[in-house]
Amino acid sequence: MKKLLTAAVLSAALATPALADTTKAGFIYIGPVGDFGWTAGHDRARREMAEHFGDAVETTIVENVDYGADAERVMTQMALSGTDVIFAASFGYGPDVNAVAGRFPNVAFQHATGYIQDHPNISLYDARFYEGRAVLGHIAGKMTETNTVGYIASFPIPAVIAGINSAYLHAKAVNPDIQFRIIWTYSWFDPALEADAAETLIEQGADVIMQHTDSTAAIRVAEDAGVMAFGQASDMTQFGPNAHLTAIVDRWAPYYISRVQAVIDGTWEAQNSWLGFADGIIEMAPWNDRMPAELQAEADALVAAIAAGEYHPFTGPINRQDGTPWLAEGEVAPDGDLATMDFYVEGITADLPN
Amino acid sequence: MILGSINPAVLMAALMVAATPILLAAIGELVVEKSGVLNLGVEGMMIMGACIGFIVAVNTGSPLIGFAGAALGGMALALLFALLTQALMTNQVASGLALTLFGLGLTALLGQQYVGITPPRTPRLDLGPLAEIPFFGRAFFRHDIVVYLSILLVGAVWWFLKYSRAGMILRAVGENHDAAHALGYSVKRVRLLAIVFGGACAGLGGAYLSLIRVPQWTEGMTVGAGWIALALVVFASWRPWRALAGAYLFGGVVVLQLNLQAAGVRIPVEYLSMSPYLITILVLVIISSGKGRGSLNAPGSLNRPFHASS
Repeated sequence: MKKLLTAAVLSAALATPALADTTKAGFIYIGPVGDFGWTAGHDRARREMAEHFGDAVETTIVENVDYGADAERVMTQMALSGTDVIFAASFGYGPDVNAVAGRFPNVAFQHATGYIQDHPNISLYDARFYEGRAVLGHIAGKMTETNTVGYIASFPIPAVIAGINSAYLHAKAVNPDIQFRIIWTYSWFDPALEADAAETLIEQGADVIMQHTDSTAAIRVAEDAGVMAFGQASDMTQFGPNAHLTAIVDRWAPYYISRVQAVIDGTWEAQNSWLGFADGIIEMAPWNDRMPAELQAEADALVAAIAAGEYHPFTGPINRQDGTPWLAEGEVAPDGDLATMDFYVEGITADLPN
Repeated sequence: MILGSINPAVLMAALMVAATPILLAAIGELVVEKSGVLNLGVEGMMIMGACIGFIVAVNTGSPLIGFAGAALGGMALALLFALLTQALMTNQVASGLALTLFGLGLTALLGQQYVGITPPRTPRLDLGPLAEIPFFGRAFFRHDIVVYLSILLVGAVWWFLKYSRAGMILRAVGENHDAAHALGYSVKRVRLLAIVFGGACAGLGGAYLSLIRVPQWTEGMTVGAGWIALALVVFASWRPWRALAGAYLFGGVVVLQLNLQAAGVRIPVEYLSMSPYLITILVLVIISSGKGRGSLNAPGSLNRPFHASS
């Protein structure tokens, strides 16, 4: 009996430090990890991060968490159960992250694509998707035969608007007759609606479909209709081997590894990171063979120039849609302007919803 | 403004496609509610149909067998609901909500191996010369068989409820289950059959999404279609043909706003997307302000549990 007790005490003593050594990282996602888009990208990075640290890090995920009360409840639950760092992987979690972070000052919060930072334990991180959109725009401008690009947009927030502007400017640069038709779905993930939107755009003359929504439905529709499309956040080639030209692939893993490492080392501090091609946070999926070799080389060069900092996708002269000047000749867009972008650039004919 | 780029015939065709999943689910739920049962698990049964239908179609190579599988999948989930609410006398609202959550979770698991696969194509029904008629051919006669089946189903349900003896028994059970019981009808058996029928219809509606409209399997792909179907039943004040009109109206709003946006027309998208729900609320307000429950046309025993002893 005594032996048994000793053993129990011993094992408890052994177990406690082992538990304390494990760093717990929690992830909350707006969509399902099987969306093959945005959420899949974050979860891919989480798995890579977990693999990197092995037993030292324990990760938990909760998917399909709505903005608001649901998100607050999930994050509170995570914080209460000893999570050291919480990654909230969607723009709309902003108010919820800030509410929960205020109550748990010892938990590190990482909010993707957010802008509210009311507490010292909140880090914001985002990717410069507009850099990738510039490449997509260039390719679309060169590949289209109808001079019409169909754009499926989610919500009129700065990141999405900047993406449309970047794509438009670079399509226009190589194809002065280019026209953008834009549909807002007011949803990040609705396969049926995205399929309908793609069909509508194709019906109205678009032969290249670009999307800023997370499902793979539009690629499928484009493949069936024999037109071209770009994937979103992940390589979506398997959904339309002919249609899929390339995609901006999110690679959050290097960033996740560095942040979790900082938590383990006790050096974690709030930051506001906006990372792009140069940091390896986004990359382009392999070019489709139907793109001429010359165009593939141009696209490679564009990626390289942006990564090297030699070229900024928003370099003046650029006017706003109403004709008022935004950037003067040679002027580069300040990050502040891009992070709050609420206007279309000159040449886009659609009206921007409020 | 470039309205010229919108083709009305294509608009009509797209509308019918967009409306079919919710129409199928709604007509099933209408029968369930007519029997006095409120099943809020439509979304769960739809996603079950979408998933099982997809799996069966991929494995057999036949979309039609896929649809049959989808109906069975929806029925299986409906049977679970029937067991809970009819045999175990649980609360219908809570059981229905649980059914939705269960369906979403179970299909996420079942469908894991099927993401990224292309289902076999469902052929268009060959209607010969009809498909060549200008405008009408493109709008009405170039669809797959399920679109026409859904309309036939509405007609069949209308006839069944209005003229058949079995339909009248079902309505009697829904209006006043105590009276129906006193007359010797088996309330539970009628309700069980209605629930299972509702499950089969919801399953077909879900499979229409995964096999024809999208067509692929993605977790959580119904995204609220089941809830729209539920709203539609109320909107239709439990009348089959009105459900058809309502579904086409709902589908029409979706398709029209997409077309107007693509054409560059300035429209308040948020309000247009909201409009089917606003109309439903409006209809509810108008009919319930009339002569009470009678004008609302809601089945008298809706959502009331039945036990032979009471």
